[in-house]
Amino acid sequence: MASISTIARGVVAVVATVTLAAACGSGSKTKSTPTSQALTGRGPITLAQGKDTSGNVQHQIDVWNKAHPQETVRLIELPESADQQRQQMVQNAQTKSDAYTVLNLDVVWTAEFAANRWVTALPKNQFDLSKFLPAAVQTGEYRDNLYAAPWKTDAGLLYYRKDLLEKAGISAPPKTWSELQTDCGKIKGVGCYAGEFDKYEGLTCNFSEAVDSAGGEVVDESGKPNVNTPQAKQGLDFLVQGFKSGMIPKEAITYEEEDARRAFEKGDLVFLRQWPYQWALSSKAPKVKGKFDVAPLPGLNGPGSPTLGGHNLAISSFAKNKATALDFIKYMTSQDTERANLLASSEAPTLASLYDEPALQKKFPYLPTLKASLLNAKPRPKAVRYNDVTTAIQEAVYAALTGKSTTDQALAGLQSKLGPLTQQ
Amino acid sequence: MTTTTTAGPAAARRRRRGDVQGSGRLAATLLSPTFIVLALVVGYPVISAFRESLYQRGQGLDAQGFVVQGDKFVGLRNYTDIFTGPNSDAFWNAFWNTTFFTVVTVVLETVLGVAMALVMHRAFRGRGLVRASILVPWAIPTVVSGLLWRWVFQADGVANAIIGKQVLWTTEGFHAKLAVIIADTWKTAPFVGLLVLAGLQVIPREVHEAARVDGAGAWHSFWRITLPMVKPVLLVAVLFRLLDVLRMFDLPAVLIGLHKDSVETLTMIAYDEATNLRYGPAAAYATILFVYVAVVAYTFVKLLGADIIGDMRQTRASRPARPKRKPLAAAREVAA
Repeated sequence: MASISTIARGVVAVVATVTLAAACGSGSKTKSTPTSQALTGRGPITLAQGKDTSGNVQHQIDVWNKAHPQETVRLIELPESADQQRQQMVQNAQTKSDAYTVLNLDVVWTAEFAANRWVTALPKNQFDLSKFLPAAVQTGEYRDNLYAAPWKTDAGLLYYRKDLLEKAGISAPPKTWSELQTDCGKIKGVGCYAGEFDKYEGLTCNFSEAVDSAGGEVVDESGKPNVNTPQAKQGLDFLVQGFKSGMIPKEAITYEEEDARRAFEKGDLVFLRQWPYQWALSSKAPKVKGKFDVAPLPGLNGPGSPTLGGHNLAISSFAKNKATALDFIKYMTSQDTERANLLASSEAPTLASLYDEPALQKKFPYLPTLKASLLNAKPRPKAVRYNDVTTAIQEAVYAALTGKSTTDQALAGLQSKLGPLTQQ
Repeated sequence: MTTTTTAGPAAARRRRRGDVQGSGRLAATLLSPTFIVLALVVGYPVISAFRESLYQRGQGLDAQGFVVQGDKFVGLRNYTDIFTGPNSDAFWNAFWNTTFFTVVTVVLETVLGVAMALVMHRAFRGRGLVRASILVPWAIPTVVSGLLWRWVFQADGVANAIIGKQVLWTTEGFHAKLAVIIADTWKTAPFVGLLVLAGLQVIPREVHEAARVDGAGAWHSFWRITLPMVKPVLLVAVLFRLLDVLRMFDLPAVLIGLHKDSVETLTMIAYDEATNLRYGPAAAYATILFVYVAVVAYTFVKLLGADIIGDMRQTRASRPARPKRKPLAAAREVAA
């Protein structure tokens, strides 16, 4: 199941809007209020999500159940693979079953679930959205309405080998791609940089982060694809040239998260673009423990914009007891619960203030870097047909990386393919 | 049939006399539960999938950004789209891949399977151990063997260590096809081997002894005696493999990955369409595959005369029956 679970982890990620405005909490410019059905009914509910690997979700549910004996929550564990989770939730919606009440949605699914009316709009005014990381909030929105409350988040970081940098006389990790390339020139004998470049969701993350870090965007504010631009070309060229020059080792084209992690832990890489989960694991890896650190991803002219991952909580349109569900979501996204979840599972919280707590920073030294990255993070294209969008991206980028097409061809082709897919 | 054989000769005679009308109806009645179950688990899904393939689900969005709900009857458009639409390349690519995998793996597996069976058939020390170990790959679930082979074929895996150069097996290209073929052959040649072994074991030893007395060499006696006598079983094994490999999904999906054009098969496209909620086109792909499988199986049976329901023919042969009957038709007649 390794590959499937890695995919699940890779699919960590995003949707999102591009309308930035930090004041998105106000929700005043809602053009079309979808019949905001009142969230009514109290009683037992369920939470449907992937495997509860840390066991902490069940623990938090137990705490809730003790306090609310009339409104108990039951955890329904879905398969580990993200695709299968989505499939089961879709089936549940298509049969209009009330089996799942609260859905744990990957950030890239929000648009699809909202547009199909599989999830109910949440009352924005009942959440203090200003306390959450703005980018994470956007992943739960569709057309300015909130459909999923931000629960866990994720963003790519640059893992680097402190010891190798020191030996080469480099004082700080690279902030730009050219610094990265220079540093790579100074360190001989190991592969230099890698990310997740196999043809799967991770490639979409790595590509959109390269484009965003070069100042471009895969899909613009109005939802139109925008990849046939100089910025997008610079982004993709960074990866293509990386492979050509050998800065990125050839075998990185087969890497998913776990392959990349293994290569880093074997000491084969100086720099690795990876999700935060690797910190805890690499801290136990004999060859690299104590010898690595994390930094924000580099970009074209300064720090890059990592791709956003994570999970949000939404309420199924066909469920009963939606009032209880809303309360439960508020409980799960409250400060105390998110803090406890970070401590138990080391999954990144969506509440900004937690990143500044000294006690937490002591336990998770990468938190300040992660927060800086998250404030810069960009969601993946937000599309109702996200699956088709990501497949088209993977197809084009993979062809460019493997030299089957030039950057220009790949991007022009992608632009025309994304057009009909992102019409909204 | 069972009743006749178990009830003794007297009963059989009585039954046969009443055959003219009574037992046909009785047989139909007795078999009706089977037919009902078959209609439910085979007939209904096939018909319903075909019906589904004539519809398309709404994909458009209304002014508020909601998907316009409802299925639309589109006739055969899902089919014409597959053959001539913008994605027809993907279809023909998958069709070619599926056919290629089928031909290559079935040939390899047949040759290796027969070889394995011959080895297992030999009497030698440790024969039990060899038989058991040859069957291990077959006992491993396909997804698991897909993962195992993924490790073998990864960049720093065993395969590269053995051949001494770095091939990135899971990237696009012919090597990806090769990886799938190797893994599939490893897994299913034992299946052919096992069936052929069963066939070998019923060949009377005297036949071979007689051949040896007549001066036939090993090759001659394999070609003229073993192979013809094992042919009925071998054909059934090959037919099963054909049906199986035509709907190959899990091995390429796990070993190489989804959306990799080099190994994408028809089932993978159908799966992909269904995942993206395009049930109509997905059903159309599945229906096309169904027809393709049926045609291949029918042609195979016709051309090589694979005797699927062998004992039926034997029963018929014991009576003065018309000789050239299709086994399936014979089966149907017996059933009626």
